[in-house]
Amino acid sequence: MSTHAESIGLADGTAADGAVHEENYLSAKGIASWLTTVDHKRIGIMYLIAVLLSFFAGGVFALLIRTELLFPGQTIMTADQYNQAFTLHGAIMVFLFIIPSIPAALGNFFLPIMIGAKDVAFPRLNLASLYIWCIGAVFSLVAIISGSVDTGWTFYTPYSSRASGAVLWMAMGIFILGFSSILTGVNFVTTVHKMRAKGLHWSRLPLFVWGMYATAVIQVLATPVLAITLLLLLVEKTTGLGIFDPALGGDPVLFQHFFWFYSHPAVYIMILPGMAIVSEIIAAFSRRKPFGYTYIALSSVAIALLGFLVWGHHMFTAGMSEYAVMVFSGLTMLVAIPSGVKVFNWIATLYKGSITLTTPMLYALSFIALFSIGGLTGIFLGTLSVDIFLHDTYFVVAHFHYVMVGGTVIAFIGGLHYWWSKMTGKVYSERYAKVAWALIFVGFNVTFLSQFVLGSRGMARRYFDYLDHFHTLHGFSSIGSYILGLGFVVLFFVLLHSLVKGEKAGPNPWNLAGYEWLTTSPPDAHNFATEFVAERGPYDYHLLDENIDEAAAKA
Amino acid sequence: MESSSSKERSWFQHHFASPGQQLSAAKLGMWLFLAQEVLFFSGIFVAYGIYRTHHPEAFSIGSHLLDWKLGGLNTVVLLFSSLTAALAVRSSRIGDTRATSRYLLLTIICACIFLVVKYFEYSAKFSHGLLPGKFFDPHDAGDLPYHVRSFFGIYFVATGVHGLHVLIGIGYFIFLLVRNNQGRFSPAYNTPIDMGALYWHLVDLIWIYLFPLLYLID
Repeated sequence: MSTHAESIGLADGTAADGAVHEENYLSAKGIASWLTTVDHKRIGIMYLIAVLLSFFAGGVFALLIRTELLFPGQTIMTADQYNQAFTLHGAIMVFLFIIPSIPAALGNFFLPIMIGAKDVAFPRLNLASLYIWCIGAVFSLVAIISGSVDTGWTFYTPYSSRASGAVLWMAMGIFILGFSSILTGVNFVTTVHKMRAKGLHWSRLPLFVWGMYATAVIQVLATPVLAITLLLLLVEKTTGLGIFDPALGGDPVLFQHFFWFYSHPAVYIMILPGMAIVSEIIAAFSRRKPFGYTYIALSSVAIALLGFLVWGHHMFTAGMSEYAVMVFSGLTMLVAIPSGVKVFNWIATLYKGSITLTTPMLYALSFIALFSIGGLTGIFLGTLSVDIFLHDTYFVVAHFHYVMVGGTVIAFIGGLHYWWSKMTGKVYSERYAKVAWALIFVGFNVTFLSQFVLGSRGMARRYFDYLDHFHTLHGFSSIGSYILGLGFVVLFFVLLHSLVKGEKAGPNPWNLAGYEWLTTSPPDAHNFATEFVAERGPYDYHLLDENIDEAAAKA
Repeated sequence: MESSSSKERSWFQHHFASPGQQLSAAKLGMWLFLAQEVLFFSGIFVAYGIYRTHHPEAFSIGSHLLDWKLGGLNTVVLLFSSLTAALAVRSSRIGDTRATSRYLLLTIICACIFLVVKYFEYSAKFSHGLLPGKFFDPHDAGDLPYHVRSFFGIYFVATGVHGLHVLIGIGYFIFLLVRNNQGRFSPAYNTPIDMGALYWHLVDLIWIYLFPLLYLID
């Protein structure tokens, strides 16, 4: 009986058997119960706190950069400090925040629930991945405190192989962080293959899970290449190996090949989870099965695979053979196809949907707009003749931020709102959350739209100083960054207020069909009070509505 | 009776629906781990390929400075240890605990022999100053081209990282041996031995590529 009720999504798991289920995953108290937990939900929450702290640190560096660029010449820091500020902003945001952000925090929490499993396949490895992340973070912190990491987040040789010892710490930190990412990837691929509940075949897999799966494949296959690259860099720095440094007989372009063989797939590690969340939110607040479910699902896998073949487009001006350059340019264009498949399917899902403009939906719609701009400017950059002109300008910076902030961060925050009540059992204030959204959306566009113009007019990235005629646009960008920062502050207080004073949330506040809404808020320690069996798909709103009508008729 | 059966099944983790699911998850996880190991080593192989194409003469001289007999001995030792690891899996599957212990011990001994031989090889290179990068200072090998140091750089990184894997393997097999002597494994449950052997085969496989590339190819 309860299994049936659960699988139909008729009622919350609590009321089905009449007993109120008070125990949940948050019930056990004490620091030790958190530090030694193998519960994927608790690990997800700890990861969430960790990545949000990193986001804060990276954000402070971003504001320092923008403040320095408010006026030409030296404003608040020296040129050397500026080099460190943008390096640390990049390294923290990429390696500590954005790569683990969605998979390790929200993915850890929801992937097992959404496939009806009790946990990930390897819970202890999951906890180990968190601790490895912490060790990597400590190394990075040492690098930050000791100062003088000023190579840019890409650690190009020979800058990095000749730079000070702090770069060693940073590289070690990222080497270690990579293993936490690999463990998450191994866990997720295995979990999706082996742990799906009865009745949950691949064609019923929620799109969030599909996205996480594609991401995990990249995490497993790309990250080790970064590990060996950084290891070789460390050996190069300590023994003068002569692999990357031309003065020692090495080849700096080889480092770039190695680095981007990881780091290009890594941008798909960053964006695919964002797309995964947006697919869920769009379907939920259009109240219908996603249009082209299969195509959205498989386009994630297609992006993951194509992502391995395009790394050369970061190096069009680095002196590759012209034939290699043409092939990489062509392959880069191909990525637009699965990305376009997603965007058009989301829009088609909205068509004749029953749309509710909740805060998560606002973030999801923002994602479609901002990601489209970010993605299409990527085509500009993949075009050889245009890239020669735009390479290493603010145009690249703006493109990258439209995809990573306008895409991934926006989706991450959208997902945080979407699942907030499920994770915490508390309701957030829709009104103030929308205020935060408006500030973030406006602030983001003011910051980065102006950078497209700056870049196309020839403003080079990573410069400490600029010509006077760039002043207006730089001013716009800096003021935009303050609006964006203010948006995040408001967002922080909205969520904090919800935690402290928020009303208790029901199990399914928006009456959605996804499997995660069938359990209590916050979920039971074993995710579902009884064994989960999927008797319908996660988007079968027609079945959900029929059951509600039936229940109403009975009552 | 009930307590003994629950003790026998103490290896079963309750977030799995069945022992079969637990085993197949462990296998898939291990294969994924091995895939990332291959990609980890791929960087070294690519670096080898590129520098070999750039400086074929230096790599030829470099490989002649290595002792192929010692490398060959190590190859035989490692191949034999892969056999003993596989036999350990087999005997644990049929429940022969004593034979399992014997084969695990043999695997550990072979791995140690490998490292001892490697130690003699390394110390010979050290004493001749055939070291990577800035430590490269050959005394009695005559006049060597500049890029022989690249060869020895790659040689030490590749064999060093591989040696680290051997060392980790030894640690894991000692753990397996202790557990096996405690009677933790049975025909129903020998996943850790299975996984250890899979890992060991990969360590072996990587050496089978490293040996000809570094020692044999002219």
